[in-house]
Amino acid sequence: MLFDKFKEMAGFQAELAERDIKPFGAVTEKFLSPTEGIVGGRKVILAGTNNYLGLAYDQRCIDAAKQAAQDWGTGTTGSRLANGSFIEHELLEQELADFYGVGHAISFTTGYSATMGMCATIAGPGDVILLDSDSHASIYAGVQLSGAEIIRFKHSNPDDLAKRLRRLGDRVENTLIVVEGIYSMLGDTAPLQEFAEVKREYGGYLMVDEAHSLGVLGATGRGAAEATGVEADVDFIAGTYSKSLGATGGYCVSQHAMLDIIRYCIRAYIFTASASPSTVASTRKALEIMRQEPALRARLWSNANKLYSSLQDMGLSVGPTPSPVVAVELGDREQAILCWNALMEAGVYVNLVIPPASPSTNFLLRCSVSAAHTETQINHIISAYAALLKNGAISARAE
Amino acid sequence: MADSKQYLELSETTDMVADMGLSSLEVMEFIEQIEDEYDISIPLNILPDVNTIGQLAQKLQELIE
Repeated sequence: MLFDKFKEMAGFQAELAERDIKPFGAVTEKFLSPTEGIVGGRKVILAGTNNYLGLAYDQRCIDAAKQAAQDWGTGTTGSRLANGSFIEHELLEQELADFYGVGHAISFTTGYSATMGMCATIAGPGDVILLDSDSHASIYAGVQLSGAEIIRFKHSNPDDLAKRLRRLGDRVENTLIVVEGIYSMLGDTAPLQEFAEVKREYGGYLMVDEAHSLGVLGATGRGAAEATGVEADVDFIAGTYSKSLGATGGYCVSQHAMLDIIRYCIRAYIFTASASPSTVASTRKALEIMRQEPALRARLWSNANKLYSSLQDMGLSVGPTPSPVVAVELGDREQAILCWNALMEAGVYVNLVIPPASPSTNFLLRCSVSAAHTETQINHIISAYAALLKNGAISARAE
Repeated sequence: MADSKQYLELSETTDMVADMGLSSLEVMEFIEQIEDEYDISIPLNILPDVNTIGQLAQKLQELIE
């Protein structure tokens, strides 16, 4: 039967429904502030939104979106290569190129299509893609579509990358290396300096997905490549508008003029409608605010460091380094579901992450901190985790 | 699934998913262990053609030769 493969998922969803727990696709019914809302009938702190700088609910971005809808209507009704390129799209690309100090930028309708489309297009049959084993699903989807030979290297392991590049010999000239800035589930940052050194020694082209590091890392918020001083070694930087910029969409920027030609070859760019004018306008405004207000980044990190260090001090199994993504690893699926639900009941809405969304086979409660969280809210989140420890729902990590 | 673990006699016809019960992530980890053991890179592209231990061995032989 065609549907047989969905039986296991159907059983899992039926079990959750019977227990009246909805960790996947819980519905937000109302926003009370950028960091508070009504979810499933309960007032909760939004602690898993990726709204790192709080700009998803910024009045200036909302006003820009309203004005664009007034001027341009609700949708472009076409592809960028047909009728869907408005001056707003062009300006956003120019502003992104200017922000990164490179000559070339492409704007995509979603972040998923940006990374997927770039990976699927830059490398093709006869080429090689070396990707980090913990890469996002959009990267895996793209490399599968590319027709290139796909080789995984161990997560954030420059020695393993070097070993695999060495084995390729002359084929390294036709090799694309794909890594991320901050990894979305555990919040760890890629060792980009070491990766850049490996690339300098062996060759290849390097793409960095800064989806979770745009606005978060680097002196001006350009991401992990800026923070580690290796932007000159990076051939392509991809990213998304859906986190720090509070909208929907994605981008790729490059120092290579060839990006302007690659644009005409990306199916995920050609055969989809371009972003709606209101989305593009709010993204442009958010980018402007992000550039002008570095204090947002400082506030984000202050909140992130506080949450991370508090959970770590309690003995919880957090990710390897402080980051706006603060994930707590749990023993098994049942414990993860129960703890997620207990946090909801305590008024804290985090992400429940289970395989295959989590790296390896672990179960996570994932928070993403925002610059818009108040000190009181961060303290409330910390207290909710402390209560889980106190009532035995989670145990402290054995030293 | 942890509760369904049992001892299994491996043969060339053992299916890694149907018989060994490996998830897609566990197949990836299994491949990684083989890469370390033989000091080779195994392209993911071989996976759609590999279901059994025998088929995997055949592909490895092609890669190593």
